[in-house]
Amino acid sequence: MSATTESTGRRVLDALRRDPLAVGGTIVLVLLVVVGVAGPWLAPAGVNDVDVDQMLRPPSGAHPFGTDELGRDVLSRVLVAARVSLQVGAVSVGIALVAGVTLGLFAGYYRGWLDSILMRCMDVLFAFPVLLLAVAIVAVLGPGLLTAMVAIGVVYTPIFARITRAGVLSVREQVFVRAAVSIGASDLRIMRRHVLPNIAAPLIVQTSLSLAFAILSEAALSFLGLGIQPPAPAWGRMLFDGRGFVTDAWWLGVFPGAAIFLTVLAFNLVGDALRDVLDPRQLTLAEARRSTP
Amino acid sequence: MARFVLRRALQSAVVLIGVTLVVFLLLQLVPGDPVRVALGTRFDQETYDALRERAGLDQPLPVQYASYLGHALTGDLGVSFRTGQPVSQIVLERLPATLSLAVTAVLFALLVAFPLGIVAAVRSGSAVDHAARVFSQFGVSVPDFWMGIMGILLFAGVLGWLPPSGYVALTEDPGRWATHVALPAVTVGLVAASILTRFIRSSVLEVLSADYVRTAEAKGLRNRVVIVRHVLRNALIPVVTVVAVQLASLLGGVIVIEVLFAWPGIGRLTFDAVQARDYPVLQGAVLLVAALFLLVNLLVDILYARLDPRITVK
Repeated sequence: MSATTESTGRRVLDALRRDPLAVGGTIVLVLLVVVGVAGPWLAPAGVNDVDVDQMLRPPSGAHPFGTDELGRDVLSRVLVAARVSLQVGAVSVGIALVAGVTLGLFAGYYRGWLDSILMRCMDVLFAFPVLLLAVAIVAVLGPGLLTAMVAIGVVYTPIFARITRAGVLSVREQVFVRAAVSIGASDLRIMRRHVLPNIAAPLIVQTSLSLAFAILSEAALSFLGLGIQPPAPAWGRMLFDGRGFVTDAWWLGVFPGAAIFLTVLAFNLVGDALRDVLDPRQLTLAEARRSTP
Repeated sequence: MARFVLRRALQSAVVLIGVTLVVFLLLQLVPGDPVRVALGTRFDQETYDALRERAGLDQPLPVQYASYLGHALTGDLGVSFRTGQPVSQIVLERLPATLSLAVTAVLFALLVAFPLGIVAAVRSGSAVDHAARVFSQFGVSVPDFWMGIMGILLFAGVLGWLPPSGYVALTEDPGRWATHVALPAVTVGLVAASILTRFIRSSVLEVLSADYVRTAEAKGLRNRVVIVRHVLRNALIPVVTVVAVQLASLLGGVIVIEVLFAWPGIGRLTFDAVQARDYPVLQGAVLLVAALFLLVNLLVDILYARLDPRITVK
């Protein structure tokens, strides 16, 4: 690890430690990861244990979050569903990050016709509201966890491509890049060793914020029945299934929704704190582009 | 200015052609035969042949696309696999419901975001500023469909003030339309308001530190005059873009809210088309929304250039 990377890492950690909201967000995220990994063992009951004698029971000692319309324990389902949300968020943002950064790197580095073609393709993807395009992709590929992850990954790719390209355009004019060219370094080496590390800050910030939006998108897709399929639990799907009973059984609406809200809030708080430290100018792209799911 | 408008219009046209290609390719992504998939067990050879021919699926791919593009330019988006009705007619019938919801939601968002964002910036660090920041963070983190469910629980279930779902056309009965649109519009409007509040606050804060504002204050102008005449006039120019992006997003992105509130707009149509595997209707809805999205963005860029002439120079 270089001295610069180490000092940036320390600066970020110090700043996060000083920001109580970021500390809160980080604690929630750590807890979420623990629940995501250990959810099935932490759950007090099986997620698909149907008990018709216990249908729509309000929160109690035996069922702290109540039971659903099939008598299943809501707390257990909320805990186990955390894994799905985190998994979809991580994989879909991973897809968007890898695809977007690759496209943005090549577009910004080589410019010319390649840049024009790639960026016009990104413009085309940007012309669709995020959720609508995700729904359309899942609709044709068939609902499921994998297609939801691919669809969300595709719709968030242009954001990463644009941020990467903008960074590359400014970095490639720097003296150290020209020096690398002059000593005969290959294009791929220059991109990997000299360009990418210097545009990492806005990408880290965007990754954190995109995780929040990806989890919201996954919840919306699940709500529409296009995410992970029943009987596997997903927060969005639980809200959809419970919406017809919500006036009589408030807990079916409150707990899965609160889980989505807390998760997204935690990612946003950490993302905002990272942005304040790493890239204070990157303010509005994601906010302005976010479509209402 | 004319050159700028022409250039932007041409760019939008190129993107629109790309959009038609993506929408066209959606049908090709369907595993297997899309007509067979759509017909399901109600398989009837005569209907199958007619739909395949009508959709042009027996032609080579480039011919299919050229035909799709040509028909789309004349407003012909094919026929529904389910009802046989023209897709353009089905989609346009749903537009007023979506439009009324989106416009109401944006108006509500503006009503909340303008005073909140401006006061938060002018009184930076005050209780109002903190409240605005909490509100913004809440809005970008809360799933709007969860807020909708909570709204139904409170206003329809507990208080009984508003209907939990349903739609009445504005032209049919404005009073009943208002009671039906209130919950979905406030639900999506609050999320839009939180984004706008954050943007207005930072935009006003930026202008407040400009030299010309300090000059205006040094001249002895009253605070109110400085804010209204110098700060807001400049700070609100970039806000136009965000308002338009919000409106454009709401025109096509309120699928979940329309499903939750049984609101028969484009979003609900998209959902129904997905459920019924009615791919031409899905394609039509997606294409219309993307075209509207592009049109709104083009109009905003032109408006923005009118408001701020530096844009055309750039």
